[in-house]
Amino acid sequence: MDDNKYAIELTDIDKRFGPVYANNRVCLKVKQGSIHGIIGENGAGKSTLMSILYGFYQADSGQIKVFGKPYQFNDSHQAMASGIGMVHQHFMLVDNFSVLENVILGCEGGPLLNEGLAVARKELTRLGEEYGLKVDLDATVESLSVGSQQRVEILKALYKGAKILILDEPTGVLTPQETHDLFRIFSALKQEGVTIILITHKLREIINITDNVSVMRGGEMVAHRETSKTDREELAELMVGRKVLLQVDKGQSNKGKALLKINNLSVCDQQGVYRLQNVSFDVHAGEVVGIAGVSGNGQSTLLEVLSGITLPTEGNIDILGHTVDASHQIYPDQLRHYGLAHVPEDRQRMGLINDFSASETAILGYHNSSEINQGLLLKKDKVKHNCESLMSAFDVRPADPNLQSRNFSGGNQQKLILAREFERNPNILLIGQPTRGVDIGAIEFIHKRIIAMRDAGKAVLLVSVELDEIMSLSDRIIVLCDGQITGNIDAKDADERTLGMMMANAYSSEENETTH
Amino acid sequence: MDDFLLTLVLTLDAAMRVSTPLILAAMAGLFAERSGVVDISLEGKMLASAFAAASAAVVFGSPWLGLLAAIGVSCVLAMLHGFATITHKGDQIVSGVAINILAAGLTIILGLAWFHRGGGTPTLANDERFLSITLPGVDIIDHIPLIGVIYRELLSGHNILVYLAFLVVPLVWWIVFRTRFGLRLRAVGENPAAVDTAGLSVIKLRYKALLIGGILCGIAGAYISIAHNAQFTRDMTAGQGFIALAALIFGKWRPYTVLSACLLFGFLDAVAVRLQGVTLPIIGEVPVQLIEAAPYLLTVVLLAGFIGKAIPPKSIGVPYIKER
Amino acid sequence: MDRNSRLNWINRLLLPLLNVITAFAATAVIFLLIDVNPIEATKILLYGAFGYEEGIGYTLYYATNFIFTGLAVAIAFHAGLFNIGGEGQAYIGGLGSALIILAIDPSASAWVFIPGSIIGGLLFGALWALIPAYLQAYRGSHIVITTIMFNFIASSLMVYLVVNVLREVGQMQPQSAFFPSASWLPFMHDVFANFGVVIEQSPLNLSLFLALFFCFLTWVFIWHTRWGYAIRATGLNSTAAVYSGIKPKQIIILSMCISGALAGLVGINELVGYQHRLVLDFHFGYGFGGIAVSLMGRNHPIGIIIAALLFGVLYQGGAELAFEMSNISRDIVVVMQALIILFCGALQYMYQPWLIRTLAPIQEQSHG
Repeated sequence: MDDNKYAIELTDIDKRFGPVYANNRVCLKVKQGSIHGIIGENGAGKSTLMSILYGFYQADSGQIKVFGKPYQFNDSHQAMASGIGMVHQHFMLVDNFSVLENVILGCEGGPLLNEGLAVARKELTRLGEEYGLKVDLDATVESLSVGSQQRVEILKALYKGAKILILDEPTGVLTPQETHDLFRIFSALKQEGVTIILITHKLREIINITDNVSVMRGGEMVAHRETSKTDREELAELMVGRKVLLQVDKGQSNKGKALLKINNLSVCDQQGVYRLQNVSFDVHAGEVVGIAGVSGNGQSTLLEVLSGITLPTEGNIDILGHTVDASHQIYPDQLRHYGLAHVPEDRQRMGLINDFSASETAILGYHNSSEINQGLLLKKDKVKHNCESLMSAFDVRPADPNLQSRNFSGGNQQKLILAREFERNPNILLIGQPTRGVDIGAIEFIHKRIIAMRDAGKAVLLVSVELDEIMSLSDRIIVLCDGQITGNIDAKDADERTLGMMMANAYSSEENETTH
Repeated sequence: MDDFLLTLVLTLDAAMRVSTPLILAAMAGLFAERSGVVDISLEGKMLASAFAAASAAVVFGSPWLGLLAAIGVSCVLAMLHGFATITHKGDQIVSGVAINILAAGLTIILGLAWFHRGGGTPTLANDERFLSITLPGVDIIDHIPLIGVIYRELLSGHNILVYLAFLVVPLVWWIVFRTRFGLRLRAVGENPAAVDTAGLSVIKLRYKALLIGGILCGIAGAYISIAHNAQFTRDMTAGQGFIALAALIFGKWRPYTVLSACLLFGFLDAVAVRLQGVTLPIIGEVPVQLIEAAPYLLTVVLLAGFIGKAIPPKSIGVPYIKER
Repeated sequence: MDRNSRLNWINRLLLPLLNVITAFAATAVIFLLIDVNPIEATKILLYGAFGYEEGIGYTLYYATNFIFTGLAVAIAFHAGLFNIGGEGQAYIGGLGSALIILAIDPSASAWVFIPGSIIGGLLFGALWALIPAYLQAYRGSHIVITTIMFNFIASSLMVYLVVNVLREVGQMQPQSAFFPSASWLPFMHDVFANFGVVIEQSPLNLSLFLALFFCFLTWVFIWHTRWGYAIRATGLNSTAAVYSGIKPKQIIILSMCISGALAGLVGINELVGYQHRLVLDFHFGYGFGGIAVSLMGRNHPIGIIIAALLFGVLYQGGAELAFEMSNISRDIVVVMQALIILFCGALQYMYQPWLIRTLAPIQEQSHG
C-alpha cells in the first residue's frame, strides 16, 4: 500500500442552506488506512461535509475523489457503491426490526426476503468474528444496548462493502468502557485496511485515537495537523479562534440547608420498566450537585419527576417542604409557584415554542402568574416588558421581543430560556444540558451564571453528558447508571477515570484506594 | 334449532357481503398507514370509484370496464393525496378531508350533468353488474346435512369481488411480510431516515403504497355500486371508509387482525339489520334509526374500548423532511 | 423593503390569495367539464349574491352560519385538533335551543327566551363534542373518526326525535311545534322597518350581530387570556406545554367543548331567527363549510369573517346558479368548498418556494 495514497480527497466543497453557508470552499485529504479526526464546534459544518461525502446532500460546487477516482454522488446508493459507509449520530435503525432485517434494508438481494436473509446471516457472522463485532442477529434493535446498536450500524456499513467508514459523534452515547471497546474495533478495522473518519467535538478522543486531525470552524476548514504533533489546547484554540478557558473559576461553596430531598425514589415508565431505582440524595442551598452519566441512564426521568412532569412510582421527594409521591402529584406550574425552576435538556422539544414570539416563549410556565394577568386578561404590555428585561439580563440577541423564537440562534434561545428560569429568583434550579448546541462564548457566560446562582444561595441540580462541565461546575457529583446511583462523591475527589468507572457501574472504593 | 342455524348462516352470509368493502378499504389504508401516511380519504376514493364504476358500466355496458374506471379514478385521487402530502408535505388529514368532500360534490355534479337524474346513475341491467356466482358442486354437496347449508348459503353465491376481497388479505400479508417491498414499506413507516440513508427513495415508496391503496379502494367502490347494488346514488358509501379506518386501528395494522375486525363489524351490522321490526324485551320495537346508527355507534364503542394501547407506525402523520 | 417584511407579505397575503385563485381556477375547469361557461356562471353567481336586496340578505344570512362553524373549527385547530364534527354539533346545538324554547312558558318575554336558547345551543353543541373529546383525551380514540361517527349518529337521532317525539299530533311534516312569537329573534328587515327603512325580506336576522360578537370574544379568548395561551401552546408543542404545567387532556376537552358550543349556535340563526321551529337538516353543509372557512381565514376571526362572507356569496350565488341552469345543483358549492380546503389547507405551501425564490431571494453573502 502506497503510504501517500489518499482514500478521500475533497476540493473546494461549497454548500449553502438558505442564508447559511454550511461549507465554504472546504478541502480535505484523508490517507488510506488511517484514522482521521474532524473536529469543530456545533454548527461548524462537519456533519454537512460528511453528508455530502455520503451522498445525502449534493454540494453546490467542488470535487470529490474516492481512491483517486472522481465522483458525483446523487444519492447514498452511489456513495455506498464507491465504498463509503456512514454511522450517524442518531442511529438509522428501525427499532422493531431484527438486526438482520436492518442490515439488509436496501440491499435485500432480490424481491423475496428469505434468500436475502440467509445470505446476510452467513456474511454477518463472518464479519462479526473478523472484527470482534458480536451481536445477536435475531434480536430486535430496540432490545439492544446503545453500544450494541452502534455495532449494528458498523456491521451494516461493512456488509455493504464499506472501505471508508465515517462515524459522526460516535461516543456521545457510550460509557467510557464502551468507548474503549469501540476504539479497539477501530484498531481491528485499521489493521484490515479500512479508513476511518471520526467526527467529534471531544478533544480527548482525537488525541487518543486519531492519526491526523482537521479542524473546522464556521463552515471553513482552518487547519490540518498530525495528531502526535499537537495537543488539546492548540486544537481548542483552533476550534474557537481564540484562547479558551477550559475550566471555570469558582470559589468555595457555602452550603446551607437541604432544599430538595429525594428519598428512595423509583420511577417506572409506561412499559413497567424501572427508569430510576431507589435514588436518594439531597441538594442543599448554595451547592451545585452534578448528575453525571451517559444519556439514557435515568437522568431525564429524574428531571421530569423533580419538575412535576412525571409521577414517582415509589418513594417521595421533598421540594421546599412540599411532598411529592405516587399519590400526591404537584404539577409543574405549581412547583414553579413554590420556587422551583427547570431548564429542560432539549430546548427544541420542551423549552420553547418555535412559532411563538420571544415574548410568549418568555412566559412559558409562568403564563398564569399574577404579574402578567389582570382579571381574565393576559396583559400584552406586561408580557413584552417581561421579555425585554429578560433579554437585557442575559444579553439575548437580537433583543426583539416580537421575533419568532425559531429565528434565534441556539445559544440565544438557550440564554432566553435560562433567563426565564433564573430571573424568577427560584430557590431550586434544575438544569439539563445547559450548553448543548451552544457556542463557546455563550458557554462561558452560562457557566458563570450558574455559579452565580449557587453563590446566591440557590440549590442547583445540574445534569450534563459533558464530564468536563460536570467536573468544573459541581461541588458534589452523583453518577447514575441504569437508574441507580453508582457514585456519590465530592467534586474535588473526582477524576475522569473514577467517574468513568462509576458510569459503567464498575467502581468499588477499596479497589481504587490502593492504586493511588 | 335448525331454524336458528339457518338464521346464523344467513347472517354470516350477509356479514361477508357487508364486510367486503370494509376489508378492501382497510387493506388500502393499511398500505398507506404502514408507509407513514394517514389516509382519511378512503371514503372519498370509494365514493368516487363507485360513481365511476356505475357510469362506465352503463355507458360501455360492461362491469369489467366499470371496475377498470373505478380503479383508475381511485388511483387519481390517491395520487392527489400523495401530491399534497408527500411532495408538498401538506397536512395529511386536511388533504383527506378535502378529497372526501370533493368526491361527494363532484359525483353529484357530474352525475347530474351526464345522466340528469338528480345525481344518481341509471339502474344497471344484469349483464352490466357483477352477479352472484354459484360454486361448482352445490347440488351434490347440498345433501350433506350441515356442510351443505354452509356451502350453499355461506360460501357459494357471492359475486366475484367478494371472493377477491377475501383472497386479497393473505396476498397483502405476504407482500408486507415476505417481500422486499414490504420490508421497505414497513421501514419507511417506522424510520424514514433509515430508509433514506440506505439509499432508497422515501417518496417513491410512499407513492407506491398510496397507489396500491388506490387500486384496492377502486375495487371497493366498484363493489358497492355495481355488485352489491345496481346503480350509484348520492353519498352511497355512508361512512364505510371511516369504519374501515376504525377497523384498521382496531386490528393494529396487521392484515389478519384487520380482517377479523371487518368481519366482526359486518356480523354485528347484519345482526342489527335483522333486529328491524323485532320487538325486544325492554326496549320494545327497535326504532329504525337506531339500526341505521348501529354501525356508527359500534365504531365509537370499538375505538373507545380498546384502542388506548394501539401503537401506529412511528412516522405516521409526519411528512419526511431531510434533517440538517 | 427588507427581506423579513417581504416574507411577511408573501406568507400573510400573497400566498393565501394565490391559493384561493387556484381554487377558483380549478372550479372554472369543472364548469367547463360540465359544459358550462365559467364566465356566465360567475356572472349569475355574483348577481345572485349581490345583484338584488333579497340576495344580499340571503348572502349575509348564510355567512352568519359560516362564521359560527368557522370559529368552531378555528378554536379546535389552535389546540392542534381537527374538529370535523361541526355538522353534528350544529345539529344537536339547534336541538338544544329548540328544547329550551319549547320548555319555557309561552308567555315569557324575549329576554328569557333568547338568552335561554343561546345557552341551550352552546350547551348542547358542547355536549356533542364532549364525548369524542373525552375519548380522545382519556382513551386515545382518534378524534377525527369519532366526530365523523357522531355526525352520522346525530342525523339518526334527530330524525328519530323530530319524527317520533317532537312532532305535533296530526302533523305530517317532520317538524316541531312553532316557537312562541316572543322567542323569535327579529329579522333584519323588521328591525330596519322599525327605523323607517324598507329593505327586501330575507332570512337575515339579528344573529349576525351575535356572530360578530362571538368573533370578538374568540379573538380576546385566544390571544388575550391565559387559557387561550395554553390552548395555542398545546397545539404548537404539546411537550413544551406539559413542561410548563399545562394539562393536555384538559385542553383537549376545553377546546373541543368551546368548539362544539360555537358550532351549536347555528341553530340560533336557522331556528330561532328564521324557521321558528325545529326542522330536519337545517344544519346541512355548514359544519364542513366551517372547515374551509377556517382554513381560508387562517384560523383568525378577521380572516374567518371574510371567508364566511365569501362562502355566503358562494351559497347564495350557487342557489341562483342552480335555479338558472338546470344541469347544475347547489352541490357545486360543495365542490368549491373542497377545492378551497385542498388549496388553502393541504396545498397551502405549494407556491411558497417559488414565491420566495422570485420575490425574496437570499442575497449572495461574501465570506471573509
